[in-house]
Amino acid sequence: MAAPTMDRSTDTPSAAPQKITMIKGLNQALRATMEADPKVIVMGEDVGKLGGVFRVTDGLQKDFGEQRVLDTPLSESGIIGTAIGLAIRGYRPVCEIQFDGFIFPGFDQIVSQLAKLHYRTQGRIKLPIVVRVPFGGGIGAVEHHSESPESYFAHTAGLKVVACSNPVDAHWMLRQAIECDDPVLFFEPKRRYHEKAELDPSIAPQPLFSSRVVRKGSTATIATYGPMVKTSLDAATAGAEDGLDLEVIDLRSLSPLDLAPVYESVRRTGRLIVVSEAPSEASITGEIAAKVQQECFYSLEAPVLRVTGFDTPYPPAKLEENFLPDLDRVLAAVDRSLAW
Amino acid sequence: MSSPERWSQPQPSGAPAATAAQPTAEQVIAGLRATSEGGPELVQLLTPEGERVDHPDFHLDITPEELRGLYRDMVLVRRADREANALQRQGQLGLWVPLLGQEAAQIGAGRALRPTDMAFPSYREHGVAWCRGVHPNEIVGMFRGVDHGAWDPVERRFHPYTIVIGNQCLNAAGYAMGQRFDGKVGDDNGEATMVFFGDGATSQGDVHEAFVWAAVYDAPLVFFCQNNQWAISEPTERQSRLPLYQRARGYGFPGIRVDGNDVLATLAVARWALEECRHGNGPVLIEAFTYRMDSHTTSDDATRYRLSTEVEEWKLKDPIERVKAHLSRNGFADHDFFDGVEAEADELAAVLREHCVNLPEPPPGRMFDNVYAEPSPALRAQQDEYETYLAGFAGGEH
Repeated sequence: MAAPTMDRSTDTPSAAPQKITMIKGLNQALRATMEADPKVIVMGEDVGKLGGVFRVTDGLQKDFGEQRVLDTPLSESGIIGTAIGLAIRGYRPVCEIQFDGFIFPGFDQIVSQLAKLHYRTQGRIKLPIVVRVPFGGGIGAVEHHSESPESYFAHTAGLKVVACSNPVDAHWMLRQAIECDDPVLFFEPKRRYHEKAELDPSIAPQPLFSSRVVRKGSTATIATYGPMVKTSLDAATAGAEDGLDLEVIDLRSLSPLDLAPVYESVRRTGRLIVVSEAPSEASITGEIAAKVQQECFYSLEAPVLRVTGFDTPYPPAKLEENFLPDLDRVLAAVDRSLAW
Repeated sequence: MSSPERWSQPQPSGAPAATAAQPTAEQVIAGLRATSEGGPELVQLLTPEGERVDHPDFHLDITPEELRGLYRDMVLVRRADREANALQRQGQLGLWVPLLGQEAAQIGAGRALRPTDMAFPSYREHGVAWCRGVHPNEIVGMFRGVDHGAWDPVERRFHPYTIVIGNQCLNAAGYAMGQRFDGKVGDDNGEATMVFFGDGATSQGDVHEAFVWAAVYDAPLVFFCQNNQWAISEPTERQSRLPLYQRARGYGFPGIRVDGNDVLATLAVARWALEECRHGNGPVLIEAFTYRMDSHTTSDDATRYRLSTEVEEWKLKDPIERVKAHLSRNGFADHDFFDGVEAEADELAAVLREHCVNLPEPPPGRMFDNVYAEPSPALRAQQDEYETYLAGFAGGEH
């Protein structure tokens, strides 16, 4: 099903199918929306001349000017806070937070103003703002560069939270997020930035706030998002050699959650493993476990299990392989579920 | 008093005795005294005694009719403020945030704004609201607990009250950046934005960040700081070693300290600052030196942390009395005028009371409205479940 205003696909720089990285997919999404709507502006640290530390905004300032691609002061509260004022003025800001761990200076503006102004004003103020956040680990970075803070935002009413897992989704989901009249926290798995896939602009995307079954299976269900989708698919491929037929669901939207495909799947498989890099305590994975046990109580053959980062601060890079869920930990959880 | 040296130099070991104008360091640390005079750089055009005085940089040509209008504004907003305060005491409001004593600062700034300008208040700006056409009736709902503010912020160009201290300064900076990006800055017809905050807010990072953003983007933004001397129980000296208006210099734009109890000076300085912004010379910081005559809110008890002698000193600087004296002495207004304004104020108070006590209770379902611009099915399901639960009580013992 096509989202309402997606006929702008012809605006993409290349209408022919092309193999792109996630970075390129995001870049082209920004370019397409900026060409289509002069009110779309990009703001963030180093997003202009440098093109962003990950080059997601590469070339945009050159083509759209300094007033539409703002190299901002180093001030995350300022990025969000002024984006709110600009949105009230009629702009559609796309903010880049350079790294996940740097979003917290902007947290106050996000939860106190961005999330609540529409509610406070009975809908008179709309804040169509996208906050792009490269998130997650696996790149050997120093502290504050590998975090998964999405649960904080999913916990906050008034925000929508999505996470892309591949270049094609990254492209379409960003375009849809920019067109959304609600504030959207847009999480990009930075360790997947350079992976490639074929983007065919003629294939209409599914709605933004919907999940997707990315691998059909019957033995057990894996629900995951962002960087762990590939990990889970790899686990399913490896498991197949051992006779496991794992279903993998890419949640894509974390708030609102679209769990209908998960319920349907769990009713068939009877088993669910939720996979995320974020610590498990009071998290989205816990929310999914609660909802699934409520909706699928009589279908469950085993408790919902979770494979997540540990309840520690993100460790030094030499330990991140231990911290991050991998193929083996996912399969170990599948085994535990099957043995229940 | 209050020379820059006084503020920037450490106190000598033999601490000076307090004067009426200047507290001792011990009194400040104990939280008992605020500064009661604005210092030599205070812009004043009307003395507390009601005498017009000249200022070398700021002039105001004003007709008797305009003077009477400012007087009327201040009397009306004070009366509405006192009525709302009484409504809280009588249990009709959960809380009230008094503006008492700050009428001149707010009316002077509010009347300097044009309809095309934008204003971002904190939560005490009932006087500015009045100038933006927001009736007190539209404000009391949030303090009665029936809504979070009833006015249309886009149509009135008056943002919702912001309770998290300082947040609105960045939102205002963004709005003002937008005015500039829209090409609305640069001539007499330019637009500008004014943001209101207090002395306590100047310690917030958001306020400092807003100074930076507004400065580097040449935003047409007037930072209007009402220094009412007290952030609940903390005197301004707990927020700054330097007079607040002097902070602007460090960010690269002008800062002016105006007598915030002088509506004429405030109007003149605010007009000048807005003109600067309209023409592309923003931002500007105005520190309106005033005093919070009442407690922080109706939940606060100011007698616990400040001396009554200080309040008595400030009563002599009342913003309304000086205009009344000026109008009377110069024959600009007669008894009938003053009686008429009083009667109008009483009528406003009665209208406010009537509206407030009759505000309908919001239906339970309303809490689910407008969480999102594009509704969430999950939230809708939660609402349906709750309403089904409530319906279970219908016709029963409950």
